[in-house]
Amino acid sequence: MFSLDLLRDAVVLGLLLGCFYAAVSVGLSISFGLLDVPQVAHPAFLVLASYCVFLCNDRYEIDPLVAGLLITPLFFLLGFITYRLYYETFEKRGSDAGVRGIAFFFGIAFIIEVLIILQFGVDQQSVTASYIGKAWRIGDMRIPIRQLVAFAVALLLTVSLATYLSKTFMGRAIRAVAQDEEGLRLMGANPVRIKQFAFGIATAVLGIAGALLIIVAPVEPTLDRVYIGRTFCVVVMAGLGSITGTLIAALILGVAESIVLTLYGASWAPAISFAMLLGILAVRPQGLLGR
Amino acid sequence: MNRRNLFGWAAAVVVLGLSSVASAEEAPPIKIGMSMPQTGGLAAGGKASLLGIEVWRDDINAKGGLLGRKVELVVYDDKSSASETPAIYSKLLDVDKVDLLFAPYATVPTAPIMPLVKDRGKLLIGNFSFQVNSKVHHDMWFNNAPWGPADGWATSFLGLGKKSGGKTIALLSADQEFAQNLITTAREVAKRMDMPVVFDQVYPPSTVEFSSIIRAMNAAKPDIVYVASYPPDSAAILRAVNEIGVGDNVKIFGGAMVGLQFASVMQNLGSLLNGVVNYNSWLPEPSMNYPGTKEFLEKYQKRAVEAKVDPLGFYLPPYGYAMGQLIEQAVNATKSLDDKTLAKYLREHTHQTIVGPITFSEDGEWKESATVEAQFHNIKDKDIDQFRLAGKQVIVFPDRLKTGDLVTPFEAARNSK
Repeated sequence: MFSLDLLRDAVVLGLLLGCFYAAVSVGLSISFGLLDVPQVAHPAFLVLASYCVFLCNDRYEIDPLVAGLLITPLFFLLGFITYRLYYETFEKRGSDAGVRGIAFFFGIAFIIEVLIILQFGVDQQSVTASYIGKAWRIGDMRIPIRQLVAFAVALLLTVSLATYLSKTFMGRAIRAVAQDEEGLRLMGANPVRIKQFAFGIATAVLGIAGALLIIVAPVEPTLDRVYIGRTFCVVVMAGLGSITGTLIAALILGVAESIVLTLYGASWAPAISFAMLLGILAVRPQGLLGR
Repeated sequence: MNRRNLFGWAAAVVVLGLSSVASAEEAPPIKIGMSMPQTGGLAAGGKASLLGIEVWRDDINAKGGLLGRKVELVVYDDKSSASETPAIYSKLLDVDKVDLLFAPYATVPTAPIMPLVKDRGKLLIGNFSFQVNSKVHHDMWFNNAPWGPADGWATSFLGLGKKSGGKTIALLSADQEFAQNLITTAREVAKRMDMPVVFDQVYPPSTVEFSSIIRAMNAAKPDIVYVASYPPDSAAILRAVNEIGVGDNVKIFGGAMVGLQFASVMQNLGSLLNGVVNYNSWLPEPSMNYPGTKEFLEKYQKRAVEAKVDPLGFYLPPYGYAMGQLIEQAVNATKSLDDKTLAKYLREHTHQTIVGPITFSEDGEWKESATVEAQFHNIKDKDIDQFRLAGKQVIVFPDRLKTGDLVTPFEAARNSK
């Protein structure tokens, strides 16, 4: 069934969904895209952040977005320590660090999942906020406010991060370490410290992204498995390390998924996403904005 | 009898007594083997179900066990995965050498062990799976779930919709075995009832946002919306329905949404549940009070908090306990652990359990369905205790268990107090 109204709704809902996908993928764009770290535990950290937000909301009635901001420093520290551990045990030791690193981060993902189950049980958890469960009506169209909030915050997060990486001294240092680690070393800078800081930022971003995740839908300990494919798909489609590319790729994915869900049938949605990834890589192997 | 003889007899009695005590203590336990989803998507149900079975084990052991032997459960986590269970059940039979088998909770992990269990000639007590024996035809399969005939769910829900004036149907289902089994029968029942299906979508389990799907469904203007979903999807679908709306034409919404029976999901959704008509297995309604249910729930609910599982335990745990009761009655009546003997007994008798009397049909499902369709009424946000009360989930089908009337259309039911 096709109608212009349906198409309009699908595009709008897809843009909102796409921005949310950008928020949950942008950290991976730094850790995997820029730093070349096989961070397969990224969605597990994301789910962990959601549970921290749940805890703040459930026990202390803190707004989920504020809770997301509050846990950001903790997640920065978590990322900082995780990278150091990864560097000392894997990256420092040899050329196959990438392959062994995947095992390291898979291990971390499983540990996070088990810790969440032990602490919170296996049930779904969700948060309450004034903007959850309501819709904004424009004519005959209704837009869920939780998705509008996720859209606005995700857009702000992505733009801020892109500005930080391109305009600040530390941001440019992170880009430099991604391009030529050895060159940076010759200039007297310590690339490991910079990478450690960058990994901290990539993980800190998940504090906010985790808040958006639990605002958009309830979470459960195994939810990371749903997002692992999507987040890597967005980052690779974007072009490794491109934050603007991540936003564009996520929007394309969100809109495509929404149009397919609305007009052609839900079962095609995942196939379309990955078909688009393959198509883009066939034309531009470096991704949309990759160099 | 002189003093020496007296001492000798006394010593002999003590020795005999001690040896008989020792032999009773040394009698090996009866091992019941199973896998259970304790991690992964089905873990919430799996853990609650297991606690129900453990309550039965403790009760039966407190009574002295079965055939004078203690009962021991051998349980492995199948991670909610169909690929794990065949290996686990092979291990249970060949390495652990269990005496009896219970199936894991749910259809997906159970389906792949059916050929193995049939091939090995083992009795299997099912645990809330749906139609896993329809193609295998194992004659020693007995499901604890009250589903009854395969088309029972669709017939009852679509029948309620038709009675309310519904003419067209929308079907929305998850792309996995349980939901697809249900939706296949729903398509057949719709055809039989001469009601056209105007929307039929199968969504992949990885779908996280349903606004677009609900919007597309609304464009088809169905009168009856039958949803077969799994827990994460059920919550997301209801959120999207609340925000996007479904239109005044929808008479009845729900049907086969897994998850709306679990305390945490119900608590999270709160008032969003109002008006939804959904299947259930047991509810605290006056028509469903059976001997032993109240006592079981008291024991279960005490342990559930510590075990971090469903604190209400209405949906699966009583049926986990009933699995044990089925075995208990069959073993006590036949004084045997032989699979064929037990299966014959289970097939030929009616069994009194805490979920009501159970009589099995040829295919190992309940002869008469006891699945209820209930409508959520007057649910408030963030209040788990309200679900312990009668009148919150009013049974609208079947008539013999009915405790209230269906409120339609769906939009009116959502706002009714």
